[in-house]
Amino acid sequence: MAINRRTFLKAAGLTTLAGVAGHAAMELLAPGALEASGAPKVGEYPEALTAKRWAMLIDTEKFTTAQVYQKCIDACHVLHNVPHIPGDQEIKWLWTDSFKHVFPDQQHALVPERIKNQPFMALCNHCDNPPCVRVCPTKATFKRDDGIVMMDMHRCIGCRYCMAGCPYGARSFNFWDPRPFIENIDPYYPTRMKGVVEKCTFCEDRLAKGQLPACVEASEGALIFGDLANEDSEVRRVLRERYSLRRKPSLGTDPHVFYLI
Amino acid sequence: MLEKALQGNKAYWGWIASLLVVIGIGFVFYVYQLQQGLGVTGLNRDVSWGLYIGQLTYMVGIAASAVMLVLPYYLHDHKAFGKLVIFGEFLAVSAVVVCLLFVVVDLGQPQRLMNVILYPTPNSVLFWDMVVLNGYLFLNIIIGWSVLHAVKKGVRPASWVKVLIYVSIPWAVSIHTVTAFLYAGLPGRYFWHDSLLAASFLSGAFAAGPALLLLILMIVQKVSDLKIPKEAIQTMTKIITYAWAINLFMVLLKIFSAYYSQYPAKMAAFDYMFGGYGGEQLMPWMWNFVFLGVVSLALLVIPSTRNNPVTMTIALIMVFVAGWIDKGLTLVIGGFIPNPFKVHTEYWPTIPEVFISVGVYAVGLLILTVLYKVALAVQRESAS
Ligand code: SF4
Ligand code: SF4
Repeated sequence: MAINRRTFLKAAGLTTLAGVAGHAAMELLAPGALEASGAPKVGEYPEALTAKRWAMLIDTEKFTTAQVYQKCIDACHVLHNVPHIPGDQEIKWLWTDSFKHVFPDQQHALVPERIKNQPFMALCNHCDNPPCVRVCPTKATFKRDDGIVMMDMHRCIGCRYCMAGCPYGARSFNFWDPRPFIENIDPYYPTRMKGVVEKCTFCEDRLAKGQLPACVEASEGALIFGDLANEDSEVRRVLRERYSLRRKPSLGTDPHVFYLI
Repeated sequence: MLEKALQGNKAYWGWIASLLVVIGIGFVFYVYQLQQGLGVTGLNRDVSWGLYIGQLTYMVGIAASAVMLVLPYYLHDHKAFGKLVIFGEFLAVSAVVVCLLFVVVDLGQPQRLMNVILYPTPNSVLFWDMVVLNGYLFLNIIIGWSVLHAVKKGVRPASWVKVLIYVSIPWAVSIHTVTAFLYAGLPGRYFWHDSLLAASFLSGAFAAGPALLLLILMIVQKVSDLKIPKEAIQTMTKIITYAWAINLFMVLLKIFSAYYSQYPAKMAAFDYMFGGYGGEQLMPWMWNFVFLGVVSLALLVIPSTRNNPVTMTIALIMVFVAGWIDKGLTLVIGGFIPNPFKVHTEYWPTIPEVFISVGVYAVGLLILTVLYKVALAVQRESAS
């Protein structure tokens, strides 16, 4: 049975109507929810930093005072418009916690005093085998060729499956509209909308402009960032010389953030 | 046939009206949640799923349990189920609709729901859960409707319906299996990461689902001219007994493997849930589950209490409630506590969350009522 022009137009008109009505209803129920804050289109910058496999080293010996940590956290959170929401519905990309919490399986009664008392930095590990990517039903979470695990906040439906999947508690969900919780909105980085998940992106926006991640820049040498696939890189040299730990290696996620002890 | 749902007495319309009121209240709270964001729920950074996903999990089981009527009737020709199969299938339809609605109310960006279809992602279990749930919904609508049509015309269902019925049997198993895989496939969530999870989901569902169906049918029997054959009740309670016993056995298996091995992360979940270690939110519920589970099993195993209508009804209610505590509440929440840092962040549903959930259930009951009304009317006509 062939569809004639009239029926087709009728059907097309109906679906359009349904679409418009749906849009209108959505606007009525959740005003502003459909509008998306545009992502910055970073073109092919010739000065962009590139790598086959990005990795970060955290030199715990150099992080001696809480101030240094705070500098890194502020650099990250201010630059990326991370809202400051008190309580357990908070958003955080980079934060600190005790050794006992960051390495729950490594903890024992005789951990040296320095390790026991100093804060440890926590962030997304940009895992090589990331469960968050595996479980996302819309590919809103995906891994780039250079190992950076990315978030497409326009694609995310807010199912929070990735939060259940990440064994490092590295993901935050926008339970509220974040904008009222940002002190000074930086116009150069998009703010998020309520109902989507976000996390550290290894500052892929800065790498594209030839800059190191904000926390690395603020860390006064305590954070080292580089290409793990390049044998001559600084990250490789340091990992050859120093002992390092990774969080929960037994889970097989292959984290690419290393803690120099 | 649907017009049959439009004829009813005062009580029927009163029931429909009260459901509509409950749905309305739930909807108002949902609009509030849409506007404010999921911040109005008790969910948090550490416990990212709660009451909604718990209800999804439990109702998937209720839907899957229809197979406990379909299979004996169509594969083993268990005649006593003849008139009841349709009610099992329609319960499945309403339960799956409830499941899908719970997914929608749980989303942070519900208007992007179609992204799951626009960007199909076969590596995500959630994608498959959507596929099997929708498939099961259509299967049961088509099967239920065409079987009813056949009854109305006094003929046997067409052979293609038979094929769909056989397909629906493994499909029912698949919906609960895939839902279990949502949890069991995650690293570092020790309470869920369990190869037996799908099996224990099914055993729990095959007890709680028929228990609910039997309770509903007993109510229907009171308000209509439906007669549940005695033999059907006996078969169903036996199915419930075996499934429930297996389900409780699996709980013991989990506890053994955690504590005998002394595996800290595995023990931590049970320490928290049963011992209140790190917070006491779930502890009373867990012990209630144990109490209800054991007592109902005793009532079901002993033939005299199983066959006594009063004690049987009590046992059925207990199984249903225990199943809800297990799948609808503690399984999901307990899996997130302690969090990846071994810190205990508690979660408890808020008022909007509760009302939205009740509203979703009311939608399910409304669909169930309408479908049952039609089924009863058709069966009555064909009998006369
Ligand atoms: S740390 Fe968590 S969020 Fe980051 S890549 Fe690994 S699993 Fe994903
Ligand atoms: S919340 Fe967003 S990013 Fe996370 S799994 Fe769901 S769609 Fe993917």
